[in-house]
Amino acid sequence: MKQIFNIANRELNTFFDSLTAYVLIIIFLGFSGFFTWLYGADVFFLGQANLNTFFTVAYWSLFIFIPALTMRSIAGELKAGTLELLLTKPVSDWQLVLGKFLSTFYLIIIALAPTLVYYFTLWSIGPVDHSAVLLGYVGLLLMSMVYISIGILTSCISSNPIVASLSAVSIGIFFHIVFGVLGTNIMGFFGRVFNYLSLSTHFDSLSRGVVDSKDLIYFFSIAFLCLFCSKEILSNRNL
Amino acid sequence: MDIVVNHLTKRYGPQKAVDNVSFRVKAGEVLGFLGPNGAGKTTTMKAISCYIKPELGDILVGGYSIHEHPEKIKKNIGYLPENNPLYQDMNIIDFLEFIAKIHRIPKYMIPDRILDMVRTCGLEGEKHKLIGELSKGYQQRVGLAQALIHDPEILILDEPTTGLDPNQIVEIRELIKRIGKEKTVILSSHILAEVEATCDRILIINNGRIVVDGTAEELRKQAAGSEILRLGVQGGDVNDIFENLLLLDTVESVDFIDVNKQIFEVQSMDGETSIKAVFDLCVAKGYYISELTPTETKLEDIFRELTLH
Repeated sequence: MKQIFNIANRELNTFFDSLTAYVLIIIFLGFSGFFTWLYGADVFFLGQANLNTFFTVAYWSLFIFIPALTMRSIAGELKAGTLELLLTKPVSDWQLVLGKFLSTFYLIIIALAPTLVYYFTLWSIGPVDHSAVLLGYVGLLLMSMVYISIGILTSCISSNPIVASLSAVSIGIFFHIVFGVLGTNIMGFFGRVFNYLSLSTHFDSLSRGVVDSKDLIYFFSIAFLCLFCSKEILSNRNL
Repeated sequence: MDIVVNHLTKRYGPQKAVDNVSFRVKAGEVLGFLGPNGAGKTTTMKAISCYIKPELGDILVGGYSIHEHPEKIKKNIGYLPENNPLYQDMNIIDFLEFIAKIHRIPKYMIPDRILDMVRTCGLEGEKHKLIGELSKGYQQRVGLAQALIHDPEILILDEPTTGLDPNQIVEIRELIKRIGKEKTVILSSHILAEVEATCDRILIINNGRIVVDGTAEELRKQAAGSEILRLGVQGGDVNDIFENLLLLDTVESVDFIDVNKQIFEVQSMDGETSIKAVFDLCVAKGYYISELTPTETKLEDIFRELTLH
């Protein structure tokens, strides 16, 4: 367990040393702040004290940012040869994969933390549905979890960060949009399957304030599956 | 800790990088791994340090198998990979601290270990620099420091002196010798002089197979086989001396090296020495010896002979 934290902390420090983290946080906060408070269908436009606008913005921006963060996680180590350095130390493949996962997850938490200010601001303006806000954040974290694991998987498959990032986005698009569209257009059994596979279905129900074990199982199983495949790919490397 | 390699085979696609290699390294031994490029040195070292899994065969390190207890083995191995991969954007101290933590060195000991490594590897002047800013020689030192920080019982160094200047090469060799007194060391190189200077035992590998296993001396004997003397004889006609030398019982062949200075190359029969016979001949015929040097077969020649087919 400690190894996972050691790896995650090192990685997180690298994010901050290389300015990636600052750029991400600034863009993310600027983007979500602008659309939540100033532009278009913003918070004031809704006439309700909820953060759905923010969650929608964050839902999209995290979808785009996460592959950019994870693209170098394994691919970069492979390219620089440092994977050899790490895996010949007492670190198992699982610990490495989970460490990489955790470091990006930390960063997302750090990026989301300042947006709690939105919540307190809204609270001072009107009656907020606390559980919906809380679950909205949980939903964002669960969604990030899924996309981080997809990103790590593609980073294991390709040693080229650009390829890794683009394939993560294209796999992500299926969960983000395509399955949802298919789910609404196809009737019957397959329609229900696609609907279940669509990430937005599960995210929406969470951000409305409804907890269903089905949703939690969905997020955790995708994340686990991707991380498991990453670990298997790493173990079967032929370097 | 002993290392026992049993019938190791590793394939990359259709090509066998290592083919049924077996050897044993005793605790406290310094083993030099020689071979041309692509011979399988690095693959074998990667397999010992649990980075790759061989298709066939097993490696036992201190009794633990790489298939069953890689974690236990990794704890006891310090490994310097071939191109010395390091995190370029970390500074030396942070990097060594990270490696120390990964090795689960108790927290209170970490600062001491880092200082110790910085001193041993001569990094004092550079310790706050980013690794990416260091010259290749200093990066190599950082590579050594990370391999040594947990005081491993086994040290595996893949071409430790590439990219170093002659002074640094000598320093690193001294360091390896010092370390080799207490630890098991395997180092690879294609510089023969280096292996000869640092290693107790030499293993030459070619096309994935071991071709030679022994000390530098044994290697010479095995390859040279017969004694070769560079001999200068004067006090008589060159051709007479030549014929008389040929008539000696222990002499296999005689060649001219320099006719004017009357210098010959005398090769003895296998396992025989001709020195006494040559001396007796000179006394009997009234010649005198102007030069007598046993010619050593160079390791380079042995190496070329063994690996060029």
